[in-house]
Amino acid sequence: MADAAAPSTGPARPHARTLRRDARLEQLALFGLASPALILLLAVLALPVGWLFYLSFIGNDGGFSLQHYERMVDSKSYARIFRTTFEVSLITTGLCILLGYPLAYLLSQLPKRMAALCLLAVLLPFWTSLLVRTYAWLVLLQRRGLINEWGMSLGLWSEPLALVHNLSGTLIGMVHIMLPFMILPLYGSMRAIPADLLNASANLGARPSETFRHVFLPLSMPGLFAGSLLVFVLCLGFYVTPAVLGGGKVIMVSMRIATDIELFVNWGAASALGVVLLVLTLGLLYGASRFLSLDRVLGGGSR
Amino acid sequence: MIRWLKRPATATQITHGQRLWLYALGGLVMLFLIAPTLIVIPMSFSDSQYLQFPPETWSLRWYESYFASPAWMSATATSFKAATLTCLLATPLGVAAAYGLFASQVRWAGAVYMALVTPLMVPLIFFAVAAFYLLARLQMVHSLAGLVLAHSILALPLVVVVVSSALKSYDMSQEQAARSLGASRLAAFFLVTLPQIRFAVVTGALLAFLTSFDEVIVAMFVSGGENATLTRNMFNALRDQIDPTIAAISTLMIIVTTTLLALAQLFGKSER
Repeated sequence: MADAAAPSTGPARPHARTLRRDARLEQLALFGLASPALILLLAVLALPVGWLFYLSFIGNDGGFSLQHYERMVDSKSYARIFRTTFEVSLITTGLCILLGYPLAYLLSQLPKRMAALCLLAVLLPFWTSLLVRTYAWLVLLQRRGLINEWGMSLGLWSEPLALVHNLSGTLIGMVHIMLPFMILPLYGSMRAIPADLLNASANLGARPSETFRHVFLPLSMPGLFAGSLLVFVLCLGFYVTPAVLGGGKVIMVSMRIATDIELFVNWGAASALGVVLLVLTLGLLYGASRFLSLDRVLGGGSR
Repeated sequence: MIRWLKRPATATQITHGQRLWLYALGGLVMLFLIAPTLIVIPMSFSDSQYLQFPPETWSLRWYESYFASPAWMSATATSFKAATLTCLLATPLGVAAAYGLFASQVRWAGAVYMALVTPLMVPLIFFAVAAFYLLARLQMVHSLAGLVLAHSILALPLVVVVVSSALKSYDMSQEQAARSLGASRLAAFFLVTLPQIRFAVVTGALLAFLTSFDEVIVAMFVSGGENATLTRNMFNALRDQIDPTIAAISTLMIIVTTTLLALAQLFGKSER
């Protein structure tokens, strides 16, 4: 930088201050490069979100009121919606751990080239449109869909099962959508575990299962935590898949927000739910950021 | 084969044979991940209303119904327009912000970075409602400009994250060297820095394009009328009944995404 070139003694001393000022001005100008992006964020994100925040405290009579929040506490239907949201998010996260951990473990043990090839199986759905994947499950799971036809022709069940437009359909679809968000951070953290540690453990006489349990598993925990958090947080505000595959039987917070706007045009109620959702999400992320770098969570699944 | 089963899979002496269950489970999970998307492709060529697999009779009728429909065609055009404009708006802003934060090294750069990536943390449905509210106030609901503004908010953090992480491994003294040899700040950036982070910039631009192209919820609230996007129309069609035309559209969308990603990969390969 410019001020590094400024000698601190000798005849050049009067220039030092000018140089320092120039350096600071340049720093400011560079920093200014971020301002168009910041202005866009302020105008299109912060301003309307702040507005909705304000609206959530305005009652139907136009004055300040907590009625939208009180209703959430009092009303049974709201309690059910929050319970459903948490249940669906928790089960989805659990299933993602169950399916994602073994695959991430396997990928991390494969030679690099082979792993890159297998990773395509994770990245391809990750990049495919959410709507396309949801549609695929709708087609596969419907009464006359592929799963039912194959299941019946194999004699596994005799009547077409109701696989979609209910909780099971929602869960299948959500696990499918969320799995890459679990696997990618998990895989990253597993790859970072030095093979030397596992070798040392084996060298000291541990059986492979003991090495896994006492060395590998604890070291993969940060990745598992990051992935689970990401999946859980994304599930909380998820809309498209439960709306299509749930068939109106699985009502999550996000869907209630949409109907509050589309059907009832009740900005206050929708805003209050949105604020609660936002606070929950940010609270979870903030809480987690004290244990692991948020950058890692966001960078792991940057969508 | 038998010998392979008895060979150790890792230095911890576990054999491939003992690992078979893991290979099987991993394979099943990979199948679960890719099969549903891939199976849509052959199904879209089925003649039946119920999209058989494998199709008994092949036909292009769903593609015909897509290409013959003015509504689908206009929605497709809107989606491409919105995605291109989002990419053109979010990429320069994101690159400028990431570069500015990296080069200036001011104390609050970290805080600004966090501010720039907040859209990733705001639940999408809440942002959609907020954007809808703002654009309604500005009488810009159902306008292309409004949709692009909203989508740019979602695309911006992705560009910032990708470009910032590329800059982390970039040595700014190269730019200083260029400037000490007489290049202007601007010339130094375009001739020295940009070529080295080109892959990240292209990846960011691609992410921005796909974010807008695939986005459903914001589009559902904000787009409509003449400017309804493809995903919005698809989503509405899905809520009503299973329209096989969507299988054809899905196939085309998979092709678009895969092509773009393959191009980005090729671009990255030729860079390195």
